[in-house]
Amino acid sequence: MTEITLEMVRQRAEADARTYGYYLNPDPNFLQSLLEGLKRNEERYGYPSCPCRLASGKFEFDRDIICPCDYRDPDVVEFGACYCALYVRKDAHEGSTELKPVPERRPLEKQSRAYTVAAVAPEEKPEPAAKKEVEAPSEIKPKLWYCKQCGYVVFRDEPPYTCPVCKAKREMFAEIKTRIDFVG
Amino acid sequence: MQFSKVSGQKNQHKVILYALSTCAWCKMTKQFLKDNDIEFEYIDVDLCEEEDKQKIREHIQSKGGPLSYPTIIIDDNLLITGFRKDKLTEALGL
Repeated sequence: MTEITLEMVRQRAEADARTYGYYLNPDPNFLQSLLEGLKRNEERYGYPSCPCRLASGKFEFDRDIICPCDYRDPDVVEFGACYCALYVRKDAHEGSTELKPVPERRPLEKQSRAYTVAAVAPEEKPEPAAKKEVEAPSEIKPKLWYCKQCGYVVFRDEPPYTCPVCKAKREMFAEIKTRIDFVG
Repeated sequence: MQFSKVSGQKNQHKVILYALSTCAWCKMTKQFLKDNDIEFEYIDVDLCEEEDKQKIREHIQSKGGPLSYPTIIIDDNLLITGFRKDKLTEALGL
């Protein structure tokens, strides 16, 4: 596996901020600390989960807190920064808005996964090997969602807060119901 | 559960800090307490055993706090979520 460098983590965050019209935290020490946290999480979990949230270490449980997390867009709009304050709004970047701790938007039921992994992780259950591979963790039931505005399709337990393609709000997402008919 | 103790001149309050080793806000909280010479004990929850994580969760929730870090518990009574300089200043009489 390629070594993860701080520069790679920084460039990824910068590119993402540019794409979505955000800025990175203006305090160089604070930013450095966040990037180091992301690097550390990518090294130990295999994905850069939020440095300011407790991860379970199981991808399926942590998917919503992999940076940029599912909660970034609504938090930046409401508070001027995401939960960990890596991504900030223009006014916060320029220093005209003071950054304060952002309250946790992630539902408690999802946060709890980081504390009860041993009890519910799929490999802990005595299930047939073939079934185990295709089954998602018990709490998560992913569905297909599509954006009614641009057609973007996502397979997650919940639709995103904002469409990553056209920026439509969550309300614009509808579930795709599929049915397979066997004929003959 | 292994807490790390940071000594300070101001030790009239029992200050417990639940933190994450990767969290920038937690780091600022530790630094703020050190800068103000507050004696405190902290534990990085992400580095704990599963059993201890469960105990920490119970402790935080028993004080009515959300599972958010940093969480500071003063005198086993007052819980402060997040790096709130204003609340820490008031609670610790700084």
